[in-house]
Amino acid sequence: MKRIRKDLSGYLFILPGLIGFIFFTLGPTIFSLILSFTKWDILSPIKFVGFSNFIKLLGFHKTPSGIAPNDPHFWYYLWNTIFFMLFIPVSMALSLLMALLFNQKLKGIAVFRIIYFLPTVCSGVAMALLWKWLYNPDFGLINYLLSKIHIQGPNWLSSTKWAKPAIAFMGLWTGLGGFNTVLYLAALQGIPKELYEAAEVDGANAFQKFRYITLPSLTPTTFFILIMSIIGGFQGGFMTAYIMTGGGPAGSTTTIDYYIYNNAYQWLNMGYASAIAWFLFLVIFAITLLTWKYGGRRVKYV
Amino acid sequence: MSKTLKQNLWKFLWYLILTSGAITMLIPFFWMVSTSLKDIASVFTYPPQWIPKPVVWRNYIDVCRAFPFFRFYLNSFIVAVSQTIGVLLTSSLAAYAFARLNFPGRDKIFLLYLSTLMVPGAVVMIPTFILMRIIGWVDTYKALIIPGIFSVYGTFMLRQFFLSLPTSLEESAKIDGCSKLGIYRHVIIPLSKPALATLATITFVGSWNNFMWPLIMINSMEKKTLPIGLASFQGLYSTNWPLLMAATVMTMIPSIIIFAFTQRYFIEGIKLTGVKF
Repeated sequence: MKRIRKDLSGYLFILPGLIGFIFFTLGPTIFSLILSFTKWDILSPIKFVGFSNFIKLLGFHKTPSGIAPNDPHFWYYLWNTIFFMLFIPVSMALSLLMALLFNQKLKGIAVFRIIYFLPTVCSGVAMALLWKWLYNPDFGLINYLLSKIHIQGPNWLSSTKWAKPAIAFMGLWTGLGGFNTVLYLAALQGIPKELYEAAEVDGANAFQKFRYITLPSLTPTTFFILIMSIIGGFQGGFMTAYIMTGGGPAGSTTTIDYYIYNNAYQWLNMGYASAIAWFLFLVIFAITLLTWKYGGRRVKYV
Repeated sequence: MSKTLKQNLWKFLWYLILTSGAITMLIPFFWMVSTSLKDIASVFTYPPQWIPKPVVWRNYIDVCRAFPFFRFYLNSFIVAVSQTIGVLLTSSLAAYAFARLNFPGRDKIFLLYLSTLMVPGAVVMIPTFILMRIIGWVDTYKALIIPGIFSVYGTFMLRQFFLSLPTSLEESAKIDGCSKLGIYRHVIIPLSKPALATLATITFVGSWNNFMWPLIMINSMEKKTLPIGLASFQGLYSTNWPLLMAATVMTMIPSIIIFAFTQRYFIEGIKLTGVKF
């Protein structure tokens, strides 16, 4: 009798969370997998179509001039997503640099930290709108400053060549003093002082201390930031592009997440959207595993 | 070179880098405020004015007349506060059971939780959107709030934290005849304030900045949250930069105020997520 009561109380505690988990996490995850094998616009009856969503998404077909993807848009948007992710190492290096600066014992350093953290705090939509104005070709601040050094700035957000780099640059600026810098700073402050003292006794210079103590001590953090950035990168880019470019010009700033948004909520292609979302899931899963297996070995806990 | 001179030179260099970086950080914000106080004609002058002449405070009044920004504040606040309370409650109750109570299937259920941690938001959002349409919740506060009052991540994080707490206090509470709910309320929760504060901050900020979900759920002006309110303001005044920047300033102000009050938890929270990994 006592055992049964004990059992029951445990279930009562998890019940509220479990209901939400079933209805808003587990259920939808399973249902979206089923949806990915259907064609459905919510309004008309659901139709099972086997693998045809995935064939359309990932398949190729023969044309007179060679082999062409079934959905060229998808591959272009995948490239856009990857283009933005190419800036992850740059962003991480800048974050590390900022953390090293913030770690110096200087007066008023807290004020600097807050200033650099400001873009992270402010709502993303507001940041995107502000940068849209900065990038304005005729009256924006950036082209004005460029004209001061006799450079004719391009029509940033309306150019298929410059829209992506412009958005990526804004991302670098926003992230400069953001989450990753705080993570690096915390890791830097966790490195035992004795290590540096011992190195000084051995006559190591500043660069050697950085190369042989700081950098290896930071590998767990670097690894964590890298994985989180990759996971976030594959799912990113919707809000900024929605506000600044609407995904254009000519789709040049549309990411995979934006494509899912268009398919699901603009065109009501629930099946196809689910297929793309599941593709995204599998890619994230695979890359995380690979990074873990390959990178995990290199992580040194000092 | 003497040691102090060298140190001072380094210090000077650090300050130089930090200050020039800080100026780069602040100029866009300054430019935003400056634009928000200009009249439409002086926006389109060359070279641009740094200090608006004349200063047009009216822009802010016009923004509030055109769009119910104070209503957006209220909506964002209601949604974020309800979700924060909901997540804290559901996650801490479940986390307590997962960490401390024995019941059949506990570890299997927890593993199921863990396995969904990596599922992208886009996967989950599509069926949830369909569910909202079927049960007729589209364009309601319920749809904004209820799917977000549960958190797998929150449950996971709190469970890990509860596991790290010493059990001695619970043992003595048990001997004193304290019920499980009593232990949860009077022992576990008071001991977990830092973890709860961290989860509260993460949830609040996440909800406050949430964009895609309210965008696909809400049509009525009076139910919009701040980010999508600003987005639709942009749709209407796409070239009126003084008004757009005034609206942008109005969107940023609450975020900055909230950050000023929660700064400590915010930073600690970020550190905690990294350390827990």
